[in-house]
Amino acid sequence: MIAIADYGMGNLRSVEKAFQFLGHEAAIVEDPALARHATHLVLPGDAAFGDAMRNLRASGWDQAIADHLRGGRPFLGICVGLQLMFAASEEMGHHTGLELFAGRCRRFPASERVPQIGWNQISIQRQCPLLEGVEEGSFFYFVHSYYVDAEEESESVATTEYGLEYTSIASRGNLFGVQFHPEKSQRAGLRLLANFAAFQ
Amino acid sequence: MLAKRIIPCLDVKDGRNVRGVRFSADRDAGDPVELASRYDREGADELVFYDITASADGRAIVMDLVRQVSEQVFIPLTVGGGIRTFEDVRAILKGSADKVSINSAAVRDPEIVNRSAESFGSQCIVGAIDALRRPPADGNGPSWEIYVDGGRTATGIDALEWVTELVERGAGELVLNSIDADGTRDGYDLALNQAVARRVGVPIVASGGAGTLEHIHEVLTEGQASAALAASIFHFEVYTIPQVKEYLAERGVTVRHYET
Repeated sequence: MIAIADYGMGNLRSVEKAFQFLGHEAAIVEDPALARHATHLVLPGDAAFGDAMRNLRASGWDQAIADHLRGGRPFLGICVGLQLMFAASEEMGHHTGLELFAGRCRRFPASERVPQIGWNQISIQRQCPLLEGVEEGSFFYFVHSYYVDAEEESESVATTEYGLEYTSIASRGNLFGVQFHPEKSQRAGLRLLANFAAFQ
Repeated sequence: MLAKRIIPCLDVKDGRNVRGVRFSADRDAGDPVELASRYDREGADELVFYDITASADGRAIVMDLVRQVSEQVFIPLTVGGGIRTFEDVRAILKGSADKVSINSAAVRDPEIVNRSAESFGSQCIVGAIDALRRPPADGNGPSWEIYVDGGRTATGIDALEWVTELVERGAGELVLNSIDADGTRDGYDLALNQAVARRVGVPIVASGGAGTLEHIHEVLTEGQASAALAASIFHFEVYTIPQVKEYLAERGVTVRHYET
């Protein structure tokens, strides 16, 4: 079962629906204890980094994520879910994240319209199981004001340009994070979710 | 590159899609669920559902349509029309919508924008305005007045001041409906889009007046809009979405091509 962590943030139903559309068993899970038997864990997120991190800790999801990862099971962060996987964010003060990836979240330069809203392309930097069958230059739907500045080049799987070039997909082993919303990105997004679901 | 977005708008009344001229809706333009899946296949970048009945029954119908569409269509869905309270915003986002478009309610109670953005994030709060051009005054540039209640009631509020406030309060995107241009197919109000683009840093969606491919091209370039919303030209198949995108791509505008 694919568990979608419900820690009080974001539109989770569309993520659940996308997995179900693909023929997978997926459920929105509010109680972190119930994620123990999940094969895959998804961390979505739309709200501010600080609020999201506070909610994760208050609801015990940070521990459930750590437990899930100890078992080597696949984990996918979406949008703010990806940002939370990094060490820190400068969004409205300084906040510490889950520290699964090295690097921090920064605000887009003022030269661009912020938030970035819409379909932007990925430039694939290295192979990743998520990108099986996903073409170079594919468009995905993005909505965000902060981007991740990844420190480890080997963890930056794909980049996107918006005023600057930033990491739009990060990965290491069983850890995956995407800045865009695959559940809102038509065929390319569904393909990526199918790849995640197939990852063992 | 970030692509310019093409967004079909479905005006829903009693479960049907309708479309009128200058804010009066009467012509039946088909089954919204069918239309939505057609637009999805054609590569629409988002869909907007506008509840023009703006009653509790109307809202229930729209939300049911959005739920049906969201089972099969994996692009962002926005719901607008008749939002009155913070609870309405919450209910829509708890349904299957990704964004809520707030218009008259924000004028009556601007705190609804702050509260919604704080609770759900700016990314899902769209500030929509209905603007009517004011008669030209000597020595001044063009100006617009905010109207509410589907364009029926003048407020005396200056549109450029209002959009600035909407963004300060947390709207992550703006939809600019030109009352003058709505449904006329005479072209978007370019000056309105330009003036707002200069005032605020968030993306702008142009709405009202699309009649030709060139209208869409000019509002996305000269007009500085990030997205173009249109209704009747798509519903009545004057143009298909691929036709629009091809026209734009030929002129150097980045668009997302989609083939089913």
